[in-house]
Amino acid sequence: MTRRDRIRTWGLGVWAGLTLLYLFIPVFIVVLFSFNDNKGRFNFTWQGFTLRHWNHPFADSDLAQALQNSVSIAVISTLIAVTLGTFMAMALVRYGFRGRSATDMFVFLPLATPEVVLGAALLALFLTLNVNTGFVTIVIAHVMFTISYVVVTIRARLEGMDRHIEEAAMDLGANEWTTFRKVTLPLIAPGVASAALLAAAISIDDYVITSFNAGQTQTFPLYIFGATRQGVPAEVNVLATILLIVVLGLMAVNVAIQRARSRREMRIAGVEPADIGRELAEATARG
Amino acid sequence: MLRLSLKRRRALLPYLYLAPGLAWLILFFLIPLANQANVSLQTGNPETGYSFAWHFATYTDAISEYHTQFLRSLLYAGIATVLCLIMAFPLAYFIAYKAGRYKNLLLLLVVLPFFVSYVLRTVSWQLILADDGWVADTLRSVGLLSSDGRLLATTPAVIAGITYNFLPFMALPLYVSLEKIDRRLLEAATDLYASRATAFRKVTLPLAIPGIFAGSLLTFIPASGDFINAALLGTPNQHMIGNVIQSKFLNILDYPTAAALSFLLMSMILIGIFLYARVLGARNLMESAG
Repeated sequence: MTRRDRIRTWGLGVWAGLTLLYLFIPVFIVVLFSFNDNKGRFNFTWQGFTLRHWNHPFADSDLAQALQNSVSIAVISTLIAVTLGTFMAMALVRYGFRGRSATDMFVFLPLATPEVVLGAALLALFLTLNVNTGFVTIVIAHVMFTISYVVVTIRARLEGMDRHIEEAAMDLGANEWTTFRKVTLPLIAPGVASAALLAAAISIDDYVITSFNAGQTQTFPLYIFGATRQGVPAEVNVLATILLIVVLGLMAVNVAIQRARSRREMRIAGVEPADIGRELAEATARG
Repeated sequence: MLRLSLKRRRALLPYLYLAPGLAWLILFFLIPLANQANVSLQTGNPETGYSFAWHFATYTDAISEYHTQFLRSLLYAGIATVLCLIMAFPLAYFIAYKAGRYKNLLLLLVVLPFFVSYVLRTVSWQLILADDGWVADTLRSVGLLSSDGRLLATTPAVIAGITYNFLPFMALPLYVSLEKIDRRLLEAATDLYASRATAFRKVTLPLAIPGIFAGSLLTFIPASGDFINAALLGTPNQHMIGNVIQSKFLNILDYPTAAALSFLLMSMILIGIFLYARVLGARNLMESAG
């Protein structure tokens, strides 16, 4: 490596580091200010370290209710979106059929539509049909806009998988359903898990679409946005930090399971152990 | 007999697999969009309700009244997209080629902000840019900001917020397209006496175009419809079309105008995608899709 190459690499590294820092600082501040000993309602200036917000993070019943709603909505809509999306991805990757490329385009259309349009259009429908907005309409909306992410993620997984194993199972007399259950599903399980994590993360964090379809129901992001005028309580920072830790923990578990599995069976199937970062990268790249 | 029925089952199966998901998307994505076209042509008022009347005037009124917010949305989203590209390209390049075994860790750092509430991250920016915050203080003391100058509630604050929030959407597709490039092509170029700069311009950059395209769309589309950054980091002077749509719909209950505005936003985005694809070269994009 010449000296100029080294300088170039070094400069690139500094630029990359600064960009990552830019991405990281607001996250750091969210976590830091969960320990702020703030006087009064506003949590805007650092006034010393305390653990008091961590002692009773669920003390505010509105906030606790909002978070509980968000988690329930995320779990229910993820279950639905992952079930529907897995079968859609199967159809799109494993079968040639009339209208396949049109379906392909259609599935990705929600990703190319601004959230404000998705939310407003859905609310207009509910108003036209005289449907009261609330918990159920939020779930409907979240399933609608997370399905595409699920399909994209699982698709990538299926495309990287060796078809011969499924064919072998069929040759040995298994029908489609048994093959799917016993062969395909276990092999794409890591992709399904990543898709579920992605869908849940998007659902739990959504403000825009939810704000249109929530009615009187509060969710965590709606609560935070509503609180910005009177000052966001530090308990919100505590809960956001807990959520961050939970998600990172789940991701670590997913990666660990895959690593363990990859040593045994995945190599036979020619599937590389997945990694959430890569999975997300590929999902967004395709979307 | 058995073979035939198996064949028929295989032909029906994909439709069966697709049906529930497609039904959901048709019911709650396609039909709402069609219904929105219908709503945008209604007339009436919030008290008596609205009825359909081929009322195209809503569109011309909406354009003449809100063209400022429209142009502002496109401008802010455009600037943010360019800034994201400038920041994310070297980052993606570094992760793809220079990060070695830290590659996955760095990718995780790129997506880390996704796991903290979007609204809360934007509130963090409020705090960073606050009038009595240390960033504003420092800039004032070195003379880059006048003594009564502000960072919060300004256009740069809103654009910085948008840039921040959509940066990962630019970085990830760029990374994927850079990582796919066969490095031997670069070696071949330098072996044939191309300088490093020429090799980058003639080999790496053209092959990264699909990533640039995908990243720009994933940044520009949500950015142009965003209203959280303008609401939290700006004033009504920075309000974007998303803010107008939201308040028309939820506060003023002027559904036809809100529907017309979101229709206009969508059509502008579709036209934008088309033009952008033309500029970058359809051939390049098709090759990458195949």
